[in-house]
Amino acid sequence: MTAERRVRNHTLWFWIFVGPFALGLGLFTYVPLLWSVGLSFFDAHNTVTPTEFVGLDNYQAVLSDDAFTDSLRTFLVFTAFIVPATYVLSLALALMVNRVRRAQAFFRSVFFLPAACSYVVAALIWKMSIFNGVRFGLANTVLGWFGGDPIAWLSTTDPPWYWLVIVTVRLWLQAGFYMILFLAGLQRIDPGLYEAAAVDGARPGWQVLRHITLPQLRATSIAVVLLLVINAFQAFDEFYNLLSDARGYPPYARPPLVYLYYIALGQGQNLGLGSAGAVVLALIIVVVTVGQARWFGLGRREE
Amino acid sequence: MTISRRALLAAGAGVGLLTACGSNTGRGDGSGAGPKLSQWYHQYGEAGTEQAVKRYAAAYKKAEVTVQWRPGNYDQQTAAALLTESGPDVFEGGPTLDQIQGGQVVDLTDLLEGVKDDFNPAVLTPKTYDGKIWGIPQVIDMQLLYYRKSLLKDAGVEPPTTLDALVDAARKLTTKKVKGLFLGNDGGAGVLGGTPLYAAGLQLVTEDGKVGFDDPAAALALAKIYQLYADKSLLLGAPTDWSDPSAFLQGLTAMQWSGLWALPQVQKELGDDFGVLPFPKDGSGSPAVPVGAFGAAVSARSKHKEAASDFVKWLWVERADYQEDFALSYGFHIPARISLAKKADKLKTGAAAEAVRFTTDHGYAQPLLWTPASQTAYQDALSRIIKSGANPESELRTVVRKVSAELDRVKKKS
Repeated sequence: MTAERRVRNHTLWFWIFVGPFALGLGLFTYVPLLWSVGLSFFDAHNTVTPTEFVGLDNYQAVLSDDAFTDSLRTFLVFTAFIVPATYVLSLALALMVNRVRRAQAFFRSVFFLPAACSYVVAALIWKMSIFNGVRFGLANTVLGWFGGDPIAWLSTTDPPWYWLVIVTVRLWLQAGFYMILFLAGLQRIDPGLYEAAAVDGARPGWQVLRHITLPQLRATSIAVVLLLVINAFQAFDEFYNLLSDARGYPPYARPPLVYLYYIALGQGQNLGLGSAGAVVLALIIVVVTVGQARWFGLGRREE
Repeated sequence: MTISRRALLAAGAGVGLLTACGSNTGRGDGSGAGPKLSQWYHQYGEAGTEQAVKRYAAAYKKAEVTVQWRPGNYDQQTAAALLTESGPDVFEGGPTLDQIQGGQVVDLTDLLEGVKDDFNPAVLTPKTYDGKIWGIPQVIDMQLLYYRKSLLKDAGVEPPTTLDALVDAARKLTTKKVKGLFLGNDGGAGVLGGTPLYAAGLQLVTEDGKVGFDDPAAALALAKIYQLYADKSLLLGAPTDWSDPSAFLQGLTAMQWSGLWALPQVQKELGDDFGVLPFPKDGSGSPAVPVGAFGAAVSARSKHKEAASDFVKWLWVERADYQEDFALSYGFHIPARISLAKKADKLKTGAAAEAVRFTTDHGYAQPLLWTPASQTAYQDALSRIIKSGANPESELRTVVRKVSAELDRVKKKS
């Protein structure tokens, strides 16, 4: 009898702990998700309870919209810049901080600190004070010392200087966070391996990095790259705050979420089209992530 | 839906985004008879406006009106709020065609019975759809070109009266420290909109609902805007955008496109050293200035539609004294009522008088059928033409195709 009660108690406690989260997850994640899938098959202008079923029209419209394909291209370009840049910078920071013998905690905190800054605030600093287009912006002041003309960083499309602004702000914000991940990975490497390498005559520096450190960091690297790609996919804050104005958003550097924001949540509330775009994007993220995981052999048993 | 929306707004209020949307109407208790109404305004930049609208609301005796002053992306906020029960009863907004067609706003035709002719037709027409009126124009806003007389004189440039002359003038006025013209940080794609087309004698949408710029003159006019950009005569990346006269006042640019609302500040800081112009004509067209008005509209989801309409009628039709105060005491707008505009002393002299003349002679309002989807397609193309030097003809062909499809969609619904 006591055993039976314990089982019942277990069930009760299970639901007490899990219930609220399951409910919240269902209500705020799964219901809107399925609702959105449903909306994507309707003509839903300015309503979330549409009546006019249009089948796959929204999907056809979004896939044939060159602004949508452009936004995917923007995402690809952005990923191509930000993923390797963050990877290299955060790894380099981690290697350097790891070697420092004094005040390591200080350097770790200093480099991690930007991760605590909000994207909106950082974007505004980049836009208003560092990369503003007039002669007294920080970047233009530096250019001025070397006799250069001021550059309108965010408005020039040829050459596309805006990428410099967008990539550096995110790099500054996130490099510290990934540095911490790499540091954790570095500290898990058995010092014996380095000693053995030294005994075998490996020269410290590039050779040790290439043959000992990087292979040992494989698990961390995979996680870092996956996170970086997913984060790049979800890019919105800094793009929106750097480039939008009261009249809308320029046709360049428009990542998928910004595109969706403007068609579904802007003045034109085309929620059906927006939902169709969101579903297409979700599918792309699923395919990319699964593909990446397969390719890296994530979840495969370590040999 | 409702809960998450509320939670979102609450969170926003928490971090101070919506600090000003308090519910304090500034009046004591006791007067609260009748239904409770909530009225939304976007955040006006001029000091005193918020206090003024709260004062008007408090003076209304038949209902308890709470004013919400909403900073941030106002159009997005109202669009989202209109989907829910917790949105405003009365709000200022287009209202947009999709809102009208979606049955989100109430027909207000009866409110204007007898006084309809006193409202400026330029701003009343875009509030009219299907022969009915869906928003009462509050005040007229317009945009125009400000120029610095002394700088033009130093450069030996006459105030430009054609688009070609504007391109020339901007080039001559550009020096290492000062740019010739400021059309916004995006090079003008956002703020200009259809203005160059109207100045070239075209329009966005014709009266019978067709694309109004399927014409070679459109590409010619837009190519000249690109010329401004290519000459490096445009100020870009300024700390403030076109709607703020700071760039002009700080001497970053010799000419700036901005709103009438900037006039008092410009006058205060520059005295006589400035002049105003409409957007200059191109080819066989005539000068153009964009005019627009927020309309007071009533949400169809309001629980007190009657009371809300009565309040709108009281404030925006009957209380001419408040309308005059709202238009002229804080910012600088032209009253939407012709009788009030004629009376206003402030509009009788100097640059203000010229602005009124531009509005009457050259004003155009964005047609109701010009929906956000069309706007986006056009603005994207304009931005590519101006900043990337894209071919105006092929860009415009794509826009014409997209806009006709959009016009077909909205016409199908009526």
